[in-house]
Amino acid sequence: MRFAAEKRVFIPETFGHWSAFVLCDRLNAPASVRKGVLVATSVDRKQSTYDLLREHGIARRDFLKFCTQMAAAMGLGSSMIPEVVEAMDNKPRIPVLWLHGLECTCCSESFIRSSHPIAADIIMNMISLDYDDTLQAAAGDQVEEIRKKIMKEYKGQYLLAVEGNAPTNDGGVYCTVGGRTFLDILQETAVDAKAIIAWGSCASNGCVQAAKPNPTGAKPVHKLITDKPIINVPGCPPIAEVMTGVLTYILTFGTLPELDRIGRPKMFYEKRIHDKCYRRPFFDAGQFVESWDDEAAKKGWCLYKMGCRGPTTYNSCSTVKWNQGTSFPIGSGHGCIGCSEENFWDNGPFYQRLSNIIAPGIEATPETIGKTLVALTAAGVAAHAATSFMRKEARDLEGNKKPPA
Amino acid sequence: MANRIVIDPVTRIEGHLRVEAIMDGSGAIGDAISSGTMWRGIEVILQGRDPRDAWAFCERICGVCTTVHALASVRAVEKAVGITVPKNADAIRNIMFLTQMVQDHVIHFYHLHALDWVDIVSALKANPGATAALAQKVSPSWPLSSPGYFTDVQASIKKFVDSGQLGIFQNAYWGHPAYKLPPEANLMAVAHYLEALKWQKEIVKIHTIFGGKNPHPNYLVGGMACAISLQGDNAINMQQLNVVQDLIKQGKEIVEQLYVPDLLAIASFYPEWTTIGGGLGNYMVYGDVPQNGIDDPSKYKMPRGVILNKNVSEVLPLDHTDPAQIAEDISHSWYEYPNGSTPRHPYDGVTKAKYTGPKPPYSQLDENGQYSWVKAPRWKGNAMEVGPLARMLVGFASGRTEYKDVVTDVLGKLKLPVTALFSTLGRTAARGLETQLCVKWLQDEYDKLMNNLRNGDSTVADTSKWDPSTWPVDCKGYGPEEAPRGALCHWIHIKDKKIENYQIVVPSTWNASPRDAKGQHGAYESALIGTKVVDSKRPVEILRTIHSFDPCLACATHVLSPEGETLSEVIVR
Repeated sequence: MRFAAEKRVFIPETFGHWSAFVLCDRLNAPASVRKGVLVATSVDRKQSTYDLLREHGIARRDFLKFCTQMAAAMGLGSSMIPEVVEAMDNKPRIPVLWLHGLECTCCSESFIRSSHPIAADIIMNMISLDYDDTLQAAAGDQVEEIRKKIMKEYKGQYLLAVEGNAPTNDGGVYCTVGGRTFLDILQETAVDAKAIIAWGSCASNGCVQAAKPNPTGAKPVHKLITDKPIINVPGCPPIAEVMTGVLTYILTFGTLPELDRIGRPKMFYEKRIHDKCYRRPFFDAGQFVESWDDEAAKKGWCLYKMGCRGPTTYNSCSTVKWNQGTSFPIGSGHGCIGCSEENFWDNGPFYQRLSNIIAPGIEATPETIGKTLVALTAAGVAAHAATSFMRKEARDLEGNKKPPA
Repeated sequence: MANRIVIDPVTRIEGHLRVEAIMDGSGAIGDAISSGTMWRGIEVILQGRDPRDAWAFCERICGVCTTVHALASVRAVEKAVGITVPKNADAIRNIMFLTQMVQDHVIHFYHLHALDWVDIVSALKANPGATAALAQKVSPSWPLSSPGYFTDVQASIKKFVDSGQLGIFQNAYWGHPAYKLPPEANLMAVAHYLEALKWQKEIVKIHTIFGGKNPHPNYLVGGMACAISLQGDNAINMQQLNVVQDLIKQGKEIVEQLYVPDLLAIASFYPEWTTIGGGLGNYMVYGDVPQNGIDDPSKYKMPRGVILNKNVSEVLPLDHTDPAQIAEDISHSWYEYPNGSTPRHPYDGVTKAKYTGPKPPYSQLDENGQYSWVKAPRWKGNAMEVGPLARMLVGFASGRTEYKDVVTDVLGKLKLPVTALFSTLGRTAARGLETQLCVKWLQDEYDKLMNNLRNGDSTVADTSKWDPSTWPVDCKGYGPEEAPRGALCHWIHIKDKKIENYQIVVPSTWNASPRDAKGQHGAYESALIGTKVVDSKRPVEILRTIHSFDPCLACATHVLSPEGETLSEVIVR
């Protein structure tokens, strides 16, 4: 989902941050545009991200390390690191308008937890966070002035980040800002946005206020805005480094990353938590926690029987993990509740094991292929667990130790 | 002078708040309106669900004070079905609770409140050498205080300002005469704004270790899910507990060497704010940090009680289950009750949304009508203030030594009488003092956990009543807590293993409440009345007082319908 190529051509005339930034994207830009890059950057009075980092006392070495980590987080090979460095070195900051609708602010809180060596405050300087109710110094009328100013001065060039969603029942009276409905403000701000980042499950798929019976008629962004590129970054909240990874990718390449069919960046949402879970060997071996705090729990066995949603949840928790890789829900003994999946609040109760939810894939190994064929009729996680469990039963018969109750 | 000053959105808070100040003609606020402008209906959504899931829904009421609603929720369910959690679970929950308190208070001070007192632009005029001298005087132990360090910070601010992209700092009230700090103090504060932002992501790792993630760590009815196996490699083990210990030490350093010294230094330039913004003078605390289980409030480290009319010689008892004590009034809120508008106790609560405000876009609300999505809870008919100031006062008035020591110490340093606490600055100072106690207690709770483990007790969950078939068919419970912003309680009614009714009355509902039927103002409104506003276009005075409460509006506006219906009726005037 690249931005329109013709925009790049017109950049020298428009001369905004975003324009210059798009010009800097040398990956796919035609030769004529590459020339434009030089024109734009040579007269650009704005600072690049590296300029700012330098001003924050970040050493060149740390900066390069950051770029390398970002490249790795985005699944880019080492050959792409120079591109990341180049982008961070020379690109000015993109204006970002960060709106808050019906939400709990957990996405903002997660965002400031970004724990790469130079994230948090630095990321906020990599972009120009011109509007954000939670952090901005100004209030009231002055805040609305900023929003309008950016919309005008950076028409078609700013990024719109949305945290939370809009109530649509009763004319949208369940969320108002400055006396106007959030729905109204969202639609107005979206018109001239370059692209929209839908932060978290609220903006991506509705989340808790849209759980049954959805009293306010809360709707995610993509159901309200249909004529803009939208990237959904679900999770309650999304992982900090997923948020900064998405932003950094957009900064670096001037495009949204590759998205799946429901608008999520594949680089962070392509795999199930189950696929990369460190407890997966226990699942495959049929070794499960049967009761909270039992011996199996102390051994860190699989939480599938405690309701874990890892097998049906697409997210990076088991790879990127949380808070600088400290842990993730399963790592701390509680099953995944599937917080990045659509309607996860209504797919409960959370502690009921997955039995009738169809899993997208069936794991099969050469020695279990026969049993997997049987499982195909059920085609589900339960069947997958059952096959694993049968293997375990078979081993128990051979004298292997059962998990303590 | 404008007749009415409107601030909407009030920024640097959680959620959506609108404030209207009606000027009295002499430059002071004669009357005020506090209006919550969002409503999500979380309690409606909870009805009919598994009570063991409720903590996760409730936790999403707020991501700033993450964990607090989850904890109140599991306490309510445990109380209803009769579970006493193991000692280790109490200790771990206390550690997580205190971690939240410390992180939240520091973020509030630096990132949500400081810019009301600190002028970033003025920092450009500071002399880095003099700033270093100031910093070393204010906090001799804090290592980042060299002239070179402040030169670098100042250069980065200059470059930032010169870039023309001021981001979150643009269009604020910089240069307003109400900013009184010398340039050096401003530079020091801005440097520490950045340091605190770097640090806040560290201490929350305590949540990640015990709860798997932050924001929104996991809780469990009956205890905690994080099994402990000290010598294991796949549960909470010695290595992870060592990380927790290190993070506690680091938090203590930040609070003692950065936060509290900065707070006192900044406060010393604003003595007039110890006489402004006092408000109601009624304070309520549910209490927390249990030492003998949640059912024994006499052993809480944060004591329970009520103070009326600033009378610190008497602490009154309170009862969460008494309908004559806690009740919610809706006469100025966008809801309606069946059979009139008599205030209702949370067990008996009803919420039927009924918007009667002006049709958006609107420019003004009507203080004589209904004007907020926040209800008006009252204690024995009195409007109450909750939060750190209430806790410091109740702790002090209860004769607790730890509280007396910190209060006496800081008042001595600032040469102020106890009455100075009844103010905007008192509220802000109380938060810092409380954080000092919290970092100390964090270590105590960690030591307690380690001691239990040393004695061979590694149990973290009581699963005897995990199965809903072991529960009474019909039961009620409540989960009291002291969230960072004040007294919080969840009330649950469980019937046939499902949630029959769920009611939450949160700190910001007390503080941000609108008027009640008797015309009594809520805490925000009351605190604003009488305050002089120098420049109606740049009402920094209003922000100072409102921010001193640390508003959390997503919390304040959730609400329910116990009949299980989604009832909303909109009458747009």
